[in-house]
Amino acid sequence: MAAVTTTTTTRVRPTGRRPLSLGRILAWAAMGAIVLVTLLPFYWILRTALSTNSGLAGHASDPLPVDPTGTGFARALGLESTKDAIAQGGAGGGLKFWRYLLNSVIVSTLVTVCQIFFSAMAAYAFARLRWRGRDQVFALFLAGLMVPTIFTLLPNFVLIKELGLIDNLLGIALPTMFMTPFAVFFLRQFFMNVPREVEEAALLDGAGKVRIFFRVLLPMASTPVLTLAVLTYITSWNDYFWPLMVSYSDNSRVLTVALAIFRAQTPQSGVDWSGLMAATLIAALPMLVLFGCFARRIVSTISFTGIK
Amino acid sequence: MTIASSSPPSRLPLGDAEGVRTTPGTDRGTGGSKGGDGRLAAVFIAPALVGFVVFLLWPTLRGIYLSFTRFNLLTPAEWVGFANYDRMFHDPIFWDSLKVTVEYVAINIGVQTVSALGIAVLLQRLTQSAVLRGIVLTPYLMSNVVAGLVWLWILDNQLGIGNEIIAGLGFDRIPFLADETWAIPTIALINVWRHVGYTALLLFAGLMAIPNDMYEAAKVDGASEWRMFWRITMPLLRPVLAVVLIMTVIGSFQVFDTVAVTTAGGPANATNVLQFYIYQSAFGRFQFGYASAMSVALLVVLSAITVLQYRLTRAGQTDLG
Repeated sequence: MAAVTTTTTTRVRPTGRRPLSLGRILAWAAMGAIVLVTLLPFYWILRTALSTNSGLAGHASDPLPVDPTGTGFARALGLESTKDAIAQGGAGGGLKFWRYLLNSVIVSTLVTVCQIFFSAMAAYAFARLRWRGRDQVFALFLAGLMVPTIFTLLPNFVLIKELGLIDNLLGIALPTMFMTPFAVFFLRQFFMNVPREVEEAALLDGAGKVRIFFRVLLPMASTPVLTLAVLTYITSWNDYFWPLMVSYSDNSRVLTVALAIFRAQTPQSGVDWSGLMAATLIAALPMLVLFGCFARRIVSTISFTGIK
Repeated sequence: MTIASSSPPSRLPLGDAEGVRTTPGTDRGTGGSKGGDGRLAAVFIAPALVGFVVFLLWPTLRGIYLSFTRFNLLTPAEWVGFANYDRMFHDPIFWDSLKVTVEYVAINIGVQTVSALGIAVLLQRLTQSAVLRGIVLTPYLMSNVVAGLVWLWILDNQLGIGNEIIAGLGFDRIPFLADETWAIPTIALINVWRHVGYTALLLFAGLMAIPNDMYEAAKVDGASEWRMFWRITMPLLRPVLAVVLIMTVIGSFQVFDTVAVTTAGGPANATNVLQFYIYQSAFGRFQFGYASAMSVALLVVLSAITVLQYRLTRAGQTDLG
């Protein structure tokens, strides 16, 4: 039946209208359930963050915020006095949320900008420049893809300690600042696929290779670079293990580490769920916003290239 | 790792065309003479190479070296031969944590792969809406710490909405993260929630490579969706599926964050995964040598899995011809 309506079109879209069958209704129901399971926890964070802890105790399953209030956020941001915070069942220790937020921004920005830039340079050298030993060095980089990150964490910690960069933002950023084998590999793929004519035309116009890289190839790679950058930013922002090893004080504490400490500080009996969820939301919000800005391009890049 | 083009290194590099160089002056100062672009390449590659050698190659070698030493950070590492490995083989906690890790990986990978495949197929066959794909990806934007905390709250024994629903349906409340039998499956499922969307998108990329004509032709022949899934989707997706699987297995062996935030290895070591034990040995007891030896063991396990899976991948490809 469906074939009759599409005889003249050469490209058949699988999304074309089809009669609603039981199978399709079930499939849509499954899709709906997936969306629900995916998104409900986000709503629950918001709902809890806007409630009071005393209210939550009596109305655990109310769908709406209980006694709507902003004190959870105030506590998470360190705007509430210690006395009020403790009265609310919150952490007694000082919270420098803005400091942690700033630390996260500094580390993630440093890692993303440097890593993508240096990786792009290396990728260009691997893809478009001719030099002796190129294939051997690239094979070495590829082998680096095989080493799981966990394996380098302890030796890297020792190294960072020897460099005197413990409890320092630079110490958190340094190991991933210069490159990851994947970023080099991914960008090299892109540069190799740019038609040679593009480069030749620029050469004929009198542009040098450095100029070609910055003015021609890098702008052409803006979509893969952007996707890689956003994913790198998210990964760096969400990283916990490495910053936990390197941070000891507020100087270098990033949001993930601060969140875990915030959780550990709240009383064991009667956890400060309202404050905790508010803090969780604040920690996650920048990534949601970042993703929201570039979602369409990122989703399609992942969908069509399957980058990891 | 790029999946859509899984055999990239063999591609011929697009070198510079000879003759283009005749344009005078263009190469001056950028190092291009008869040796190719050697000097320029050296400049371009330098930062990445420094990063590679200092923070990847050197630490890898050093980690292996440290595993043969007694090292507490304060005094220089002292060579002890295979003592750490000997201890590891006789350490019941190590074997227990390896067992817990494998249990975690099995549940996590099993559920995640099946769910991701289901989501990917729904995204392909039902609708190709980019909005839905974006929604499915949102948990991936959270950190493991955030995901762990949220589910800790949802599954809280007294006040969590999850347990409220369970109680409302007339069942007993489940102490998800405080019970020895529930803790690992719960942590595995929390991580499925966070990662399944990303895995689904990777598989979706593989599905997009399957020509739509095949489905249309099968449909004309009267094949059902179920039959098309087993006869078209699964065989053609198998190589991609294998690559995605190996990446997620390696990733999930490295579980740490969620455990650290939710259970801290408890109750009674029930969630003491290998990474957590390594971390505790290093930073709780300052036994860096022993921790390094366990890292080497983890590296060996992961390498074995990688080799095994690459074989399976190749088998899958030859199967299809």
